[in-house]
Amino acid sequence: MISLKNIKKYFHKGSVNEVFALNDINLEIGEGEFVTVIGSNGAGKSTLLNCIAGSFLPDSGSITINNCDVTAWPEYKRAKFISRVFQDPLLGTCPSATIQQNMALAIRRGMSRGLAPGVKTKDKPFFREQLKHLGLGLEDRVMDIVGLLSGGQRQALTMLMATMVRPEVLLLDEHIAALDPKTANQILSLTRDIVAEQNLTTLMITHNMKHAIAFGSRLIMLHQGRIILDVRGEEKMQLTVKDLLAQFYRSQGEELANDSLLLG
Amino acid sequence: MTLYAALGAVEQGLVYGIMVIGVYLTFRILDFPDLTVDGSLPLGAAISAVAITNGVNPYLSLVLALAGGVMAGMVTAVLNTKFRILHLLASILTMIALYSINIRIMSGPNVALLGVETVFDSVTGVGVPSQYAGILVFGGFALLVVGFIVWFLGTELGQAVLATGDNPKMITSLGVNTHTIIILGVGMSNGLVALSGALVAQNQGAADVGMGIGTIVAGLASVIIGETVFGDKTIARAFIAALLGSVLYRLAIALALGMEFGSFKFNPSDLNLITAVLVICALITPNIKKRLIKR
Repeated sequence: MISLKNIKKYFHKGSVNEVFALNDINLEIGEGEFVTVIGSNGAGKSTLLNCIAGSFLPDSGSITINNCDVTAWPEYKRAKFISRVFQDPLLGTCPSATIQQNMALAIRRGMSRGLAPGVKTKDKPFFREQLKHLGLGLEDRVMDIVGLLSGGQRQALTMLMATMVRPEVLLLDEHIAALDPKTANQILSLTRDIVAEQNLTTLMITHNMKHAIAFGSRLIMLHQGRIILDVRGEEKMQLTVKDLLAQFYRSQGEELANDSLLLG
Repeated sequence: MTLYAALGAVEQGLVYGIMVIGVYLTFRILDFPDLTVDGSLPLGAAISAVAITNGVNPYLSLVLALAGGVMAGMVTAVLNTKFRILHLLASILTMIALYSINIRIMSGPNVALLGVETVFDSVTGVGVPSQYAGILVFGGFALLVVGFIVWFLGTELGQAVLATGDNPKMITSLGVNTHTIIILGVGMSNGLVALSGALVAQNQGAADVGMGIGTIVAGLASVIIGETVFGDKTIARAFIAALLGSVLYRLAIALALGMEFGSFKFNPSDLNLITAVLVICALITPNIKKRLIKR
């Protein structure tokens, strides 16, 4: 499904601030795999997701999605395959447009946009039905401006918009980190349901080790731009937070001054 | 203010209202402050005037002017998106270049349109008194333009334009090339500004290279007056507000020019100063209000 080969990414290359963000990443993700991604701050998690999404191009290496070499594709072109949910709940929706206008924008992800009406009458029942799944009562507020919704409601709507048209790849960049614990759990279970229902190939960054273990079929840990741990299946189900920490120290051969860096 | 002056102000408000709609599109919808308009307004006037004096149908000359404006706007947008020049600077560069281009088009600083057929002749031809011809033609064009823009912004493409101004990161992740949208939007905006310039030229009987000075400031003033007085709750309302804001702005100017304080009187040349002060006041009052409420 997704294949990353020898991906390298520097920031500020050639200056004193040079950062080697991704150091020769090789990663194969199969159809329907749900990968959780952990690592300390600056480990390269977001850089990895941004590289897959095309927010910037890698300095070397190649990216293939669905047997299609997308290495040189700009972000908007990759939207044909990829859906994203950002950490900031405000980034996933248009504040001055209504709920149904936002959904109408999302339903044409990766398709051409012409002079047909933006919100089509035939799509409206579908939008309402989708919103009903959220259980937030948004189906009765389709004409409301999204800017009026809370962060949690907006993130739920973003999740819906990201998966309304089935994406080949779903990228979740700490999409619950900015929410309060209760809302975060709601969005998380919504994520689990949607991913399971559609059998989506998913990458989810999280700072929460428990979530990383409890969710998904595979777990990778990044450190200083490299993948230092990659477990799946049975092995992953046996994992505990303690194991993860131990594994982390072992592969690094260094002591972190503070566990909270990892525990978040 | 005499009725005659008031009629004149309404007429001006409507014709420059087409320009204001263009400014609203860039300034508010796309969040792209665009100074190209100071050059694309006379560009439209120049193209239309030269076309008419060369025997082109006055309506066709409007289409040519519109096309010219679209191209000018696209140059600014390409400079900004593809070559990463700051939008303000990119638009100033195009504006300055247009000054020379406009003089080239007219083979001089101005072109007179005396004794030639204009779009107004087709209205007076059917018996409309000439003092109302302007209001009729300009009002008709302005409503047509508002209708078109409101329709367009409701389409798939138009919704993408709105989203590009609102949340570019989101709409990029939904597969829209924001560069293309900005080029389209700024082009469209300047097309409208050029159309407005062409109609002004046909109405006042001349195109002049200097007629664009202060266009952006008048446009912003009208946008802000319209928003303040009529609100911007929906897209349709916002654009009608921009048009009416333009009429109010011209009325206010006519009123100010008619005032006398003892021996002091405003000159037409004081317009830019008055407008600038008006815009500055409108721009800083929300900030001052916020600060006062905080304390």
